[in-house]
Amino acid sequence: MDIERLHYMANQIAANFAVQGEDSAIAATAAHITSFWDPRMKSQIIKSERSGLSPIAAAAVASLG
Amino acid sequence: MGYEPQDDLGTPAVVSDRVVTLMIDGRAVCVPEGTSVMRAAAECGGAIPKLCATDNLEAFGSCRMCLVEIEGRKGTPASCTTPAEEGMSVHTQTARLAKLRKGVMELYISDHPLDCLTCSANNDCELQDTAAQVGLRDVRYGFEGENHLGQMPDLSNPYFLFAPDKCIACSRCVRACDEVQGTFALTIEGRGFGSKVSAGQADDDFLGSECVSCGACVQACPTSALMEKSVKQLGKPERSVITTCGYCGVGCTFRAEMKGDQLVRMVPWKDGKANRGHSCVKGRFAWGYANHKDRVRSPMIRESIDQPWREVGWDEALGFAAGRLNAIREEHGARALGGITSSRCTNEETFLVQKLVRAGFGSNNVDTCARVCHSPTGYGLKTTFGTSAGTQDFDSVMDSDVILVIGANPTDAHPVFASRMKRRSRQGAKLIVIDPRRIDLVRSPHVEAAHHLPLRPGTNVAVLTAMAHVIVTEGLADTAFIGERCEVDAYQDWARFVSDAKHAPETLEPVTGVRADELRAAARLFATGGNSAIYYGLGVTEHSQGSSTVMAIANLAMATGNIGRRGVGVNPLRGQNNVQGACDMGSFPHELSGYRHISDADTRALFEDDWGVALDPDPGLRINNMIDAALDGSFRAIYIQGEDILQSDPNTQHVAAGLAAMDCVIVHDLFLNETANYAHVFLPGSTFLEKDGTFTNAERRIQPVRRVMDPANAPDGDGLEDWQVTQALANALGLDWNYTHASEILDEIARLTPTFAGVSWDRLDREASLQWPVNEAHPDGSPTMHVDGFVRGKGLFVVTDYVPTDERTGPRFPLLLTTGRILSQYNVGAQTRRTANTLWHECDELEMHPVDAENRGLSDGDWTRLASRTGETTLRVKITDRVAPGVVYTTFHHPETQANVVTTEYSDWATNCPEYKVTAVQVTPSNGPTGWQEDYAELSARARRIAPAEPAE
Repeated sequence: MDIERLHYMANQIAANFAVQGEDSAIAATAAHITSFWDPRMKSQIIKSERSGLSPIAAAAVASLG
Repeated sequence: MGYEPQDDLGTPAVVSDRVVTLMIDGRAVCVPEGTSVMRAAAECGGAIPKLCATDNLEAFGSCRMCLVEIEGRKGTPASCTTPAEEGMSVHTQTARLAKLRKGVMELYISDHPLDCLTCSANNDCELQDTAAQVGLRDVRYGFEGENHLGQMPDLSNPYFLFAPDKCIACSRCVRACDEVQGTFALTIEGRGFGSKVSAGQADDDFLGSECVSCGACVQACPTSALMEKSVKQLGKPERSVITTCGYCGVGCTFRAEMKGDQLVRMVPWKDGKANRGHSCVKGRFAWGYANHKDRVRSPMIRESIDQPWREVGWDEALGFAAGRLNAIREEHGARALGGITSSRCTNEETFLVQKLVRAGFGSNNVDTCARVCHSPTGYGLKTTFGTSAGTQDFDSVMDSDVILVIGANPTDAHPVFASRMKRRSRQGAKLIVIDPRRIDLVRSPHVEAAHHLPLRPGTNVAVLTAMAHVIVTEGLADTAFIGERCEVDAYQDWARFVSDAKHAPETLEPVTGVRADELRAAARLFATGGNSAIYYGLGVTEHSQGSSTVMAIANLAMATGNIGRRGVGVNPLRGQNNVQGACDMGSFPHELSGYRHISDADTRALFEDDWGVALDPDPGLRINNMIDAALDGSFRAIYIQGEDILQSDPNTQHVAAGLAAMDCVIVHDLFLNETANYAHVFLPGSTFLEKDGTFTNAERRIQPVRRVMDPANAPDGDGLEDWQVTQALANALGLDWNYTHASEILDEIARLTPTFAGVSWDRLDREASLQWPVNEAHPDGSPTMHVDGFVRGKGLFVVTDYVPTDERTGPRFPLLLTTGRILSQYNVGAQTRRTANTLWHECDELEMHPVDAENRGLSDGDWTRLASRTGETTLRVKITDRVAPGVVYTTFHHPETQANVVTTEYSDWATNCPEYKVTAVQVTPSNGPTGWQEDYAELSARARRIAPAEPAE
């Protein structure tokens, strides 16, 4: 799948959790991706080059991998 | 059930704690205090003659037929307007009364055509019945005097006629329009002998008037003055079947009145708890699509989408589909297959499609059209309250003091419930409307919202946070409720967040466009006005912050203690008839029925044991993910039941590319819809009139849908209900399913879903409807949820930051487009466009403020080009100040317009519900259709070709 689209989705999730504070937002973003994303989307974002991710999204994805 | 009109007790039921006992013709009867003598008489088996009285309208006392004698009282009072009193002794049949009634009846009949044998109301006419009751045998005055006979009928409405010569000026139609529908379109023009029912001004006809064609007047008419044209054409029905409407999420129940296999008319069922005997133009009249010539009556297949369709039998079509599905699974694995369930189909059908995907295809790639409407409701209410559903029944609104409507236009999209809201508003409840457009609930006859907050599209969260700011900082929060019922730490975090000065209405005014003083007043009213209820629609969910807005709404209700009793609550108005049910049935890729996550091993084990297969523990793809995955080749086959994703999903060209990339697209629908242009297998569907099953409406009410005619999706009695088609596809894949009736599927749902544990077909047959949860804890169902505690235990306040959409206006695209629905049409219009409803709405129009139109040199009705970053289309402009400057609005009912060519792929952060409600656009004058529209029209014609049948040998 288009990796830019997956990065956009992850960043959007992270942006909406950001108000909870960094640690909590990272955990919430990771939990959200785990709960709602199909395995191919998860493995693709985990394998991707993550410079397009916001810090919270990047940390969340790192915690999945 | 045979055909008999429903009992009419003359005046409405009264609710009272006190009961009075009276004697009527020597029979003792106990009734609630305030009940009329007429109704009391009817309840003990009597039948006082009446003409102007009917039990869904307030007593009027004009016809003088229902006179009675009461011991100890002078004269002969009208029984409809006389309340029953303790110890009263009433006589309804005396010689004096008989003489009076006969005299009155004689006057009526002296000015009435005596063509009973050829009248369309023959043997179904209250005037005729009443004449029989009073024993009228002759008319002493003759028929030569001045009269109203020979007046021309008004045939302008496509569904009913008005014959003034048959009118007895009882005002029931006028009162029905006022009291039941709340439109106030009808009046009695003239005075005395010149009195005449009129739709507006003297020279207005029904079609050109404010009439919304709800049918309430036709139902109320005691004669054939207002009569369905179908009855005039076909005659009196012979039997009736109670069933549930297949249009919106209100879930009206109707008597389908039949003559053989022919539907004569749909009449709203007075005992229906969702609609209480009312209807709208769609459910009441727009059912002709069921017999439309475009109905596909044979399965069809083709190797590739550039070929014409080939009509085949069920076995060949299903064998072809199964062969392709098996081959794709063999080569690319189970996760390359998926399906979409339909919110228009029954619970049983929806449940079977998700079962086919999970147990048959072997993936969790199942989604439903709720993805593009109420998926944020699922996420938001589950997070805050613990379950994904509205908290009230519809009757609850009659106990509301303040009604907040946000992102919903009930008078167009949920008209029958809107009539209840308007009735409550006329009784004194205050309305707060948060909507970019001046919808009818802001201002229309006898409706005036206390506050209209015309926000800039995309700023719902900011407006609700500003309201929360006012409530918390002005000390209006219900701290006792919060302390007892909610997680207090989470509340304190939330209260700190909303109290920040940056969330004050004054600070946010430049963002939201809502005047701070108006917003403060609305917030104060909501918090202090008594019972406050929130109703919302897709103007909340279809945004990039849809889930945040749902949670912000839940926060507001909890903060003010407006949860857990009648008159309050949070109520999503569901778009389609079975959105609630489709969500309940496990249609989302991450959860099984009853909102239980697929990763939960115990839940999975329950299904695995019952179904005898192992289930994938990971969530599957959502609809928009499926389209994305199709373009990279990892998703290759889809079974779509009853949804036209090409027309209804955003960014049409992207959806088209995704569908075109798939190896096997199976469309199961009534018509060759737009999606079918890209299909390899077409399985013809059955309408809601052709199947048994259940729908669940917006108030969690499960209601039976009953088969009143045979499925027309195959010739010679080979028609199948939709669940039977799914079962046949499953069996072609080797699954060995053996359901013989939808009730057996409902039994399986009840067995596997705790909230449905007490639901069965037999029980629904007896009780007519049940509101889930129906289980050991709630044996009779649940009209109100979260009464003693939230489903999740304590209510959870969630901090909802306002994260603006990335869709922004700028010099190239300076206007904001928002989309919606109109009363006479329904979603993609597949049904309503195939009825006479097109008379009211022939094409989609673009609403634009006069200032924006003038700046562009546009006049009303001009062709315009509507362009966004995604695409462009053309349509005609309608100039109106309903929309604010800078905002334009259109509907998406017509495929020629393809409004979704311009909508973007931005979507809700939590659920990917598309952001239909905010698209930056430019509007310019145009000469006609765009290249895309012309190309698409050509492709559509090519893709719909059906090869001529080969001659038989």
